[in-house]
Amino acid sequence: MSEEDGGKEYAYFLGCITPNRYPGIEAATKKIFKGFGIESKEMVGASCCPAPGVFGSFDMHTWLPVAARNLAIAEEMGLEIFVTCNGCYATLQEADHLLKKHPKLKEKTNKILSEIGREYKGTTKVNHSIVIMHDIIGLDKLKERITKPMNDVNVAVHYGCHFLKPREVRGHGSSETPYILEDLVKVTGAKEVDYKDKLMCCGAGGGNRTADSVQSLEWTRQKLVNATIAGCDCMVHPCAFCHLQLDRGQAEMNKAFGTDFNFPILFITQFLGLAMGLSVKELGLDIQTTTIPEKLLK
Amino acid sequence: MGTLYEDMVDYGGEVFGREHLETLRECVQCGKCTGGCPSGRNTALRTRKLMQMALLDMREEIFNAPELWFCSTCFTCYERCPKGVKTTDIIRTLRNLAAKEGHMSVPHRMIGVYVMKTGHAVPIGPAQMELREAVGLESQPPTAQHPQNKEQLEQVQKLFRATNYDAMIDFDWDTMNLRGMDKGGKK
Repeated sequence: MSEEDGGKEYAYFLGCITPNRYPGIEAATKKIFKGFGIESKEMVGASCCPAPGVFGSFDMHTWLPVAARNLAIAEEMGLEIFVTCNGCYATLQEADHLLKKHPKLKEKTNKILSEIGREYKGTTKVNHSIVIMHDIIGLDKLKERITKPMNDVNVAVHYGCHFLKPREVRGHGSSETPYILEDLVKVTGAKEVDYKDKLMCCGAGGGNRTADSVQSLEWTRQKLVNATIAGCDCMVHPCAFCHLQLDRGQAEMNKAFGTDFNFPILFITQFLGLAMGLSVKELGLDIQTTTIPEKLLK
Repeated sequence: MGTLYEDMVDYGGEVFGREHLETLRECVQCGKCTGGCPSGRNTALRTRKLMQMALLDMREEIFNAPELWFCSTCFTCYERCPKGVKTTDIIRTLRNLAAKEGHMSVPHRMIGVYVMKTGHAVPIGPAQMELREAVGLESQPPTAQHPQNKEQLEQVQKLFRATNYDAMIDFDWDTMNLRGMDKGGKK
């Protein structure tokens, strides 16, 4: 690890879906970061973020202290956090934002945290992995490592909801004309293709998947149809929870709607990993529902 | 119990700030929220209508409407509202009040059961441990569910107790399940 390569350490907040359903996302991200001198430190004892759309919907007053405990773990490590799920990003960044904005809320939350011997101080920062790649590693350095360019590949970018919105908390500029994920896809030589309702939600969030899974899968079906019509070869995204809905969701929707979808879904570090010469197996792309076509492996 | 609006400003305001919830009063019923709503294409959710119903104090009608739970919290309406109404956070607050008053489905309550049992809404099982090994990772991440981190899991459980979340979903600490569920009850 050298200064020139970044030489930085982050606390990797794993959440639930990444380590417990799609460990390929964890492996791919750790591997790529390490290649650029960025160490991913484990957050011992971290829990569910807890999920913003479910626990945030059920009881904000429970959601907040549980999120604050996770933030406190990173603070004790003296590190900034990075995440590979928009849900974790939504919760941890929003909790941090609210606690910094409202001193009384911080006081109340710390009173609860004192019962478990922890304290939220407000000394960490919550980063999304795609921002670390885009802004810390940088596009030029990423480009240098591309050994298997994706020249003929058409990519449908899917953002998910909570990386971009609400803007006042996320701070990545316009939620209608984003660029970070597009830049990362284009680094590989692939073509980023616009498609109908590109910025539409995957359908899973806010407890919607749990409230009515078939109804939530209809959103996903529409997205995949739109990407297919636009001539896309795969969908690339930055969210483990979207991955669950977009990937496993295809098996569920094939069953529910009698369709025959097998549209390739890749987390951004899995996509970059392929372009950097890592294998399907190393990236966990052989242990998911959808299959990766030859076109992406040339 | 005050009006629905007052309760929203009180309960949601403690977390978001009162002025955040008070933006509901600014709604001019233009319908831009409903126009861009991905859920509204497929479900009965009409955000514009929901905002008006909240202002009209239609508590029971809102709490008993299944579509209250069909918002994916995508924040599209929140970003586009020309009057700055904090729609998504208003919906989350309405759901908080609905849940507090017992309007919460069993599958939604079960998510709380998983977290109180394991620390995770989506816990790991033996099959997933094999998947982790297949990509060269430790079979279990060092999170709250790891057997070596029992004390950490207890911390999470304490927080759910301290905020009365366990009582809200009728969680039974003896069976580590929803009360009545072990006897085949239809809770």
